Amino acid sequence: MSKIRVNGEEQEITLPLSLGELIKQNDVSQPNMVSIQVNGAFVFREKYDETSVNEGDEVDFLYFMGGGC
Amino acid sequence: MDFRADQIERYSRHILLQDIGVEGQEKISNGKVLVIGAGGLGAPVLLYLAAAGVGRLGVIDGDVVDVSNLQRQVIHFTPDVGKPKVLSAKEKIEQINPDVEVVAYHEFFTADNAFDLISGYDFIVDGTDNFPVKFLINDACVLGGKPFSHGGILRFEGQTLTHLPGTACYRCAFHSPPPPNAVPTCSQAGVLGAIAGMLGTIQAAEALKFLTGTGDLLTNRLLSFQAKSMHFRTVTIRKNPHCPVCGEHPVITGLHEAEQAACELKKR
Ligand SMILES: [Zn+2]
Repeated sequence: MSKIRVNGEEQEITLPLSLGELIKQNDVSQPNMVSIQVNGAFVFREKYDETSVNEGDEVDFLYFMGGGC
Repeated sequence: MDFRADQIERYSRHILLQDIGVEGQEKISNGKVLVIGAGGLGAPVLLYLAAAGVGRLGVIDGDVVDVSNLQRQVIHFTPDVGKPKVLSAKEKIEQINPDVEVVAYHEFFTADNAFDLISGYDFIVDGTDNFPVKFLINDACVLGGKPFSHGGILRFEGQTLTHLPGTACYRCAFHSPPPPNAVPTCSQAGVLGAIAGMLGTIQAAEALKFLTGTGDLLTNRLLSFQAKSMHFRTVTIRKNPHCPVCGEHPVITGLHEAEQAACELKKR
């Protein structure tokens, strides 16, 4: 088991793991609904499956929020 | 600027603040803020900026007040149903504070009018409810060198980020609009009325902090909250070198009408 932080909270994962798989494990039903940063750097949507998660990574799921009216 | 006795009294709670004082109140009274959207977010922003005595408040919205707006758009009252939102808002602002000059634009914010509109203001507040316009505001403000506050709400959640020229922009974190209908809007998914107030008052505070040069703005930080757990979180957002509008090789150098805007607006 390896430890990472997802949205500031510790999570245990089994490596190897892609960002795409991490999204599924976190019940993000539509990957289109989030923008993702790994260690503070933006990751392109097209690269989720080829981006691997590493021990100690800080992953932030930033949800699109379009309301205001 | 010399304040009248009644103005000293009116703004006394600002003047008492060490970080604001008479000087800060003068900056507020000379400030010009454009609020885009007189809806859920625009309502609290406008009410607080009016009360604070912002010199010129621009408000742009092409809609009329609908009965379904009244659950959260607290600047509009029941008798206002059917009235243009900008007129309803202007009437309230003038009653709250006759010192404020209100400029009401009964139209939508578009690629054609964006630069003209923002050029007359010091700070812009995004209170709109759809992605194409949120990205358009970002692009117009980044390209036009204007500070602005991004705000978004949905269900029990809200998020906000302040941009100053040179700091991370909305696209640095969100790149481009999600595919249409991937993310529900408030009119599809609902929103707890008070959430609009929670987020809008944060945006109003950012505008006042900007005008007075007080404290640290929400720049390079995205503040988000989930009101069900009342959990607030701030995530550092770095200026993204690959950002399509403010990155090292920008591909967005002008404004384009977002195709989705028209149908999104009709759905409201
Ligand atoms: Zn950017």
